[in-house]
Formats: sequence, structure tokens, C-alpha cells
Amino acid sequence: MSFESYVSILDSTVRLGTPLLLACLAGLFSERSGVFDIGLEGKMLVAAFLSAAVAYTTGSAWLGLLAGIAGSLVFSAIHGLASITFRGNQLISGVAINMLASGITVLVGQNWFHQGGGTPALSGAARFRDMTLPFANELRDVPFLGPIYAELISGHSVLVYLAFLLVPATWWVLYRTRFGLRLRAVGENPAAVDTAGVSVVALRYAALAIAGVLCGIAGSYLSTALAAGFGREMTAGRGYIALAALIFAKWRPWQALGSTMFFGFLAAVSIRYPTIDLGVLVIPNEFMDNLPYILTVVVLAGFVGKAIPPRAGGEPYVKER
Amino acid sequence: MDRLPKWADAVLVPLLSIVIAFVLSGIVIAAIGENPLNALMIMIDGGLGSTYGWGYTLYYATNFMFTGLAVAVAFHASLFNIGGDGQAQLGGLGVALACLFIPWPNWWVALIGATAASALFGAAWAAIPAWLQAKRGSHIVITTIMFNFVGAGLMLYVLKHFLKPAGSQDPSSADFPAHLELPKLGEILGAVGIPFSKDPPVNVTLLIALAACFLVWVLIWHTRFGFALRAFGKSEPAARYAGISPVRITMGAMLISGALAGMMSINNVMGEAQRLVLNSSEGAGFIGIAVALMGRSHPLGVLLASILFGFLYQGGAELSMWTSIPPQLIWVIQALVILFTGALDNMVRIPVAAAFRKFGKRRT
Repeated sequence: MSFESYVSILDSTVRLGTPLLLACLAGLFSERSGVFDIGLEGKMLVAAFLSAAVAYTTGSAWLGLLAGIAGSLVFSAIHGLASITFRGNQLISGVAINMLASGITVLVGQNWFHQGGGTPALSGAARFRDMTLPFANELRDVPFLGPIYAELISGHSVLVYLAFLLVPATWWVLYRTRFGLRLRAVGENPAAVDTAGVSVVALRYAALAIAGVLCGIAGSYLSTALAAGFGREMTAGRGYIALAALIFAKWRPWQALGSTMFFGFLAAVSIRYPTIDLGVLVIPNEFMDNLPYILTVVVLAGFVGKAIPPRAGGEPYVKER
Repeated sequence: MDRLPKWADAVLVPLLSIVIAFVLSGIVIAAIGENPLNALMIMIDGGLGSTYGWGYTLYYATNFMFTGLAVAVAFHASLFNIGGDGQAQLGGLGVALACLFIPWPNWWVALIGATAASALFGAAWAAIPAWLQAKRGSHIVITTIMFNFVGAGLMLYVLKHFLKPAGSQDPSSADFPAHLELPKLGEILGAVGIPFSKDPPVNVTLLIALAACFLVWVLIWHTRFGFALRAFGKSEPAARYAGISPVRITMGAMLISGALAGMMSINNVMGEAQRLVLNSSEGAGFIGIAVALMGRSHPLGVLLASILFGFLYQGGAELSMWTSIPPQLIWVIQALVILFTGALDNMVRIPVAAAFRKFGKRRT
């Protein structure tokens, strides 16, 4: 295999890993605050649809992004209403959100564009274009580092760079700010946070709002940057892979970057090499595609390290009376 | 929280929830420029207006009874089995293997064998997440979600590499032998002189589903294991203190749950398609969640909720034929039902409880 093909696999790793990373960080905020969020998939799907639909109608990818974020925030609010205000089951609410997203995107999409639930293909300013970083073309011929800079580091949409910047930002917010400390505390021991006079409800809503924005960006990236338009069920389980990556990363931001890029790499390899022939045995495509799920189960089983979720995760907070 | 009378808790709250879900769906239909009342009429006519419609409604209801019971049994042990869909698909593999590779003499012997195979395969697919929950403390919701995806991948692999007949492009198995076709409900009712359409795929599996509802009721409320299951579901520490083994209950509940989800496949794989296709369960495992929540995890409730959802599926299919409303409308209704009966339960319950308090006082 040539050097160029390594670079190109890593390039698609970044492209395919970015939506996972954004969704994973969304889940990180939500679950660190003690709200399980299996509705990542649904929020991404709604955002992907609204982004593509609004981008197509207005011709602006940025307006599409805003619409996607707005849609995702509405779904976050539903999740908050169910799991924070009315103290319902967070997992059931997540399932409902995913189903609602699958249904409503097709229902509205079919009615809006009459293309089987998808949007027409986007072009021009309705899509996020790949950016060329300074000197990318000039440095292309430099041996080794040139192609890495020109292909791998340069030439992605602005949302990819944003996603990568969000990793240190998340780390900083989580571990170096007052809000982050409270957020982590509310996921471990909400009663203590409440005793200290900080609103558990407000913190959890804030976490869900951040998750909504991040899922919105993830969905928008899928339909207006990675692909040129929305297709039915286009998230294709990415929300669940992001959830898997979150467990893999044990709810920590830098590790989330590692796990999402690893899962992105698996996807990139599986697309490029449908079957991998190792001589003695052939690894089928289906195995590669499902490796993230299998690995997550292995990690959850505690055979490799131990993944311990935030302690108050999944529990609605009830003030004692 | 205020306590509601039993009938209000079991009937009024779920009923109000579904009314809210319907009203919201009606608003969605109106928003996309169709007449909601007209849509409802088409659904009622298509789902319940003829024995043909009833046949399809009951066919779908049979699927949902199995998956709904599967979720309900796990709910009683406070376990949330989202993996019903994967378990149903694996159950389908069991049915296909039994029907394709064992030379059965006739349909009813084959039905017994296929039922056993589907239950076995479904239970096996639930066994790993169950064991991981019981022994290693991995969250069963996450592992069952993951197993849905792994199961779908496994089915694709098995169909593509082993079960697909040579020369076929379509990833589905060969047709089952013709003499294994299950009798349709229309034929059974016809034999006793009741006219019923023979076209819909509703078949003898419906009777097995009804029997399953009854057996689950017996299991949960009239056996020692059922008592232990409910005790464990109410309070794990109390159950442990009473000498109930958490491992035994978790494994038992999930194996039964997986077996029930797997048994769904005798209806759709053996009863309808007569071969194993990709994604054979068509999401019925997830509808089981809505059915169990709506039916308050009681077999009778599950039975009624299954018929309601069967009607929604058949009605929705008719709707997409006569109007511009795609069948995904059902996903919206279903999601709203799950949301209001499962997650936003308190939103309905609190005002109802307040109303009862107010009017209750006036009477005394």
C-alpha cells in the first residue's frame, strides 16, 4: 500500500469521525450532568434534515446550520421536559425522540420536496465547502509532510476544524471552570449541588442545551458538508456509535477524540476495503461495520478496563420534602 | 405524589396519553396540508372496515403481542430490553433454519419445531446482555442496543454467505417447502362457518400469541418465579434480602423476554413471507416498547395495545395509498405514545391526580 493511500484513509477517517466526535461531545455534556441521552441519533437526524432543507431553500449553508441547531435544541428541550421537569424515564424519552425524528423527517420531507423524504442535491453556497489552509498547494510537493498537510490537515470544511477545537474547549469547560465543576458534580451527586444552593434543574437544562447545539452541528455537517443533501435515515446509527465512543472514552473529552477517530478509522477502512483478506481468514465487511458495537460491549463487560458512568446518570432528581 | 384510583391509573391515564398523541399527530397532518378527520376515517375504514382490514390489523397485532410481552416481562423485573428487534431477527434465523433444513412431515409438527427454534434463538441473543448485566454490571439498555446492530450485521452476513440460494442477488433465503405453509385465520374461521377474508396474512400464530398472553399472565402473577420477578423489580435490595438471586431473576426475565421476541418470527417469517428476508422484523421490536408502556405491562393491556397498534399499521398503510401521507406517520404517532405513556407520564398524571383530589373532596 502506498503512502498516498494511507493519507487518504486517514483523511476519510477525519471526515467520518467528525460527526461522531460532535455527537460524542454532546453526549458527554448531557451524561456528565446525569441525563442519559440515547436520543443523540434523533437530534442529529432532525438537524441534518432541517439544515439541508433550509440550506436548499435559502441557498445558505450557514442559515442551514442555524436551522439544524434550532431543530436539535427543540428535541433537547423535549428530552429535558420529560427527564428533568417531569422526572420521567430518560431512556424511554430517548427512544421516543429517535422514533419521532425518523418519522417526522420523512413526513415533512416528503411533503416539502416530494423526493421520498430526502432533499434535492445541494450545490454552491448551500454546502460547506472544503477550506484550503494557507500554503497547502505550495507545500504539497514537500516529501512526507507535504501530502499530510495538504491532504490530511488542509481541505476540510470549517465544521471539522470547529469539532477539533471543541475538544480542548470541552476539556477546559469541564475541568477548569466553575460551570464544569458543578456540571460534573450534578452528575455524581445532585443532592450535594442542591444543598450548595445551585439549581440542579438549571444545570441539567444547560447541559442538554449544549448537547442540542453540538448534535445540531453534527447533523448539519452530515447533510451539508459530508454529503450534498439529506437522505432518509441518513444518520444510519451514528448517534449510537457516538454513544459507544462515549463509553469507550469513559466520559472524558480527549479520550472521546481518540475513540471517535478510531471508529471513524474503522468506517473508513470498511468503505475502502469491503473485505480484508488476511490469507488464513477473510474478515467480512459486516464484521468491520459492527466492530464499534462489539468493542463497546467488551469494554462495558469490564474485560478491558472498567467503564463507570456518572453515578447519578439516569436518575431524575427529586428534592426531598 | 397523589395516589390515583386503580382504574384511573390503568385505563384513564394511558387513554388520555393516546388522545394527546392523536391530537398532536392530527396537528402534524393538518400542518402538511391534509385533513386529519378525513385521514382518521380512511384509517378506520382500511383497518377495521372489512374482514380484509381486520385480517391485516390482527396480523400486525400478532407481531406486537410477542414483542410487547417481551418488553413487559423485562419491565416487571425493572429491566429495559431495547433489544427486542435483534432478538426477533435472530428468532427469524431459527425459524428459517428449522424450516429449511429439517424435513418436517406436516405444518403443525413444523410449527412446534419452528416455535421452539425461534424461542431458542431469541433467548440466546438476549442471554449475552443478560449475563453481562447480571454478572458484570454492564447496563442492559446499552448492550441490547449494541446487540440490535450486531444482530442486523450478523443476519446480513448469514443471508449473504450461507442462506442465499446460488445465483440470487437478493440477500434472502430460499422459499420454505410449500407444505409448511401455516393455515390462515380465514381458513380456520371458514371451516367453522364464519366468513373471513382469506387474503390477509393473519394465521394460526395469532392463537399462539393469545396463548402467550395468558401464559405470561400466569407466569407473572401465579408462579413463584413471577413473584420473585416482581419483587426484584420493585426493590432489588429487598428481594436480595429475601433470598432472591438477582442473577437468576435477571437471566430468567431476559431469557423469557428474548424467547417471546424471537417467537414473533413464526408469524412474519413462517406465516407470511415463507422465507427469511433482510430486516425481517421491520422494527416490530421497538413497537413492543410502545405496546408494553401503553398496556401498563399487563398481558391484557398488551393484547389491547397490540390491536390498537396493528390497526395503526394497517390504517397507516391504507392512508399512504389514498393520500400523500407517507406510512412514517405511524412512527410519529408511536413516538408520541411512547413519549406520553412512558417519559411524560407525570405530565398527564399530575393534572389527573389534582382533578381527582378536587372532585373527591367535594363528594365527601
